[in-house]
Amino acid sequence: MKLSELFNDGKFVITTEAGPPKGVDVERMLEDVELLRERVDAFNVTDQQSSVMRLGSLAVSALLKRRGIEPVFQVTCRDRNRIALQSDLLSAYVLGIENVLCLTGDYVSLGDHLGAKPVFDLDSVSLLLTASRLQEGYDLAGREIAGSPTFCLGAVVNPGANPLEPQIIKMEKKIEAGARFFQTQAVYEPERFAAFMKQVEGFGVPVMVGIILLKSAGMARFMNRNVAGIHVPDHLIVEMEEAKDRAEMSVEIAGRLIREMKGLCQGVHIMALGWEKYVPTVLDAAGL
Amino acid sequence: MLVSEQKPLEEILRSLEGEGRVFLLGCRGCAEACQTGGEKEVLAMKETLEGAGKEIAGWAALDFLCQKGLVKTGLYPFEDQIVSADSILTMCCGIGVQVTSSVVGKVTHPACNTISLGGSRGEWWGSERCLECGDCLLDLTGGICPLTACTKSLINGPCGGARDGRCEFEPEVRECGWQLIYERLKKLDRLHKLREISLPKDFARMQPPKDLRGTAFWSLGQRQEERTGDETLGTL
Ligand code: SF4
Ligand code: SF4
Repeated sequence: MKLSELFNDGKFVITTEAGPPKGVDVERMLEDVELLRERVDAFNVTDQQSSVMRLGSLAVSALLKRRGIEPVFQVTCRDRNRIALQSDLLSAYVLGIENVLCLTGDYVSLGDHLGAKPVFDLDSVSLLLTASRLQEGYDLAGREIAGSPTFCLGAVVNPGANPLEPQIIKMEKKIEAGARFFQTQAVYEPERFAAFMKQVEGFGVPVMVGIILLKSAGMARFMNRNVAGIHVPDHLIVEMEEAKDRAEMSVEIAGRLIREMKGLCQGVHIMALGWEKYVPTVLDAAGL
Repeated sequence: MLVSEQKPLEEILRSLEGEGRVFLLGCRGCAEACQTGGEKEVLAMKETLEGAGKEIAGWAALDFLCQKGLVKTGLYPFEDQIVSADSILTMCCGIGVQVTSSVVGKVTHPACNTISLGGSRGEWWGSERCLECGDCLLDLTGGICPLTACTKSLINGPCGGARDGRCEFEPEVRECGWQLIYERLKKLDRLHKLREISLPKDFARMQPPKDLRGTAFWSLGQRQEERTGDETLGTL
């Protein structure tokens, strides 16, 4: 099922992540997924997240699909050239995968194969354009293909980027290239998010606000120092620091953030980073 | 040595759209040798553009547009003409266009594509780099090369990794190329250029053209070497 159908029905769409393991033992990941399958609409399957070599997002997306669970197949431009990317998009379609999130991808230096050749033959905009081209029955070289796929294409945007203007211009290019929904980088400041949504409301494309569960005050400070466009305000850091039960406080904060922002956007994308078991209580706290 | 070829006139005229007065800038270095931007070519371009209804604010052909110092001093006598122009059309390799754009606070258009020599730089080393991609994009990016200034060689805008204007890779030493491009375009009032979708690059053009090998552009000693197997430098 395409996420666009849910958005069209006016549903507030909920997604979370399934992180393929480094290796072939998929049991734990599938357990986490089973835990949440009744509570979320789809699982983003990450593509060699942070440039760390793992089991592929295509294989795991297909595994989920086989179990009747909806995947969002994440595709980055870091590891494949235009030939491999197009081929993987076609492969995804014949495996029943309908939602694709198109990303540029992190640089190889963030991962565990520092000497890898960074590809970036395409970028997020031209990847979207390429997928749109396939949907129209042509490949990137302009050749006709036998039968065309149909996808619901998604992309990402970072509302906390500074400056914001080039992000928004790129967001418009992504829409022009075929993006039909957006997921955002993690947001911790509802006022800032509201201002962002005001700027993009005319675009007419659903936006899902990103939430990363805070695990500790230290993690919040680390993200503030190191992750582009993430800003955890001091009062949240203090709350995490003073909490007797960190998990409880994390759930409380995430639930509160979603409650404050759900009226502004069309869905939420929760990144639990190992705390999958708390996601149901976050959704309860958020009234979803 | 950087080898360049002139862009099709159509493309040059498209980049000059809406700009009535143009200053022409040639280079007496590589571009003169390539017959793409010496005095002769600049004068021919002047005539062509005038024929196309442009007013030429002035022209110059300087030694080594890849050398900032020379460009600064060389353009000094033309200051008034440059100030009165809407833009500059620079007839040389991607390095010279980047240098001109960084030295002069004016919209600078490339008149040439820089052809791959399989890896070569300007005669004078500045921070500008050209990957000799064979299809110059500097017109869209405010005269800053996205292939070399951006770590991932992105051509459609910044990735999500830029932080405080620094690249996600080696932020201690690398500025985010797209931050620089954004600021330059903003300063030049050309932000709309950022809205144009750039199609995937034709990487076939990044291979040295077949007929370049065996010419003096490829290697001064090439012909001699091929004939005699001798490693010493031959004559042209
Ligand atoms: S876009 Fe960059 S690499 Fe290509 S010719 Fe221009 S300066 Fe050189
Ligand atoms: S941070 Fe800037 S320079 Fe670095 S890869 Fe991203 S867009 Fe390119």
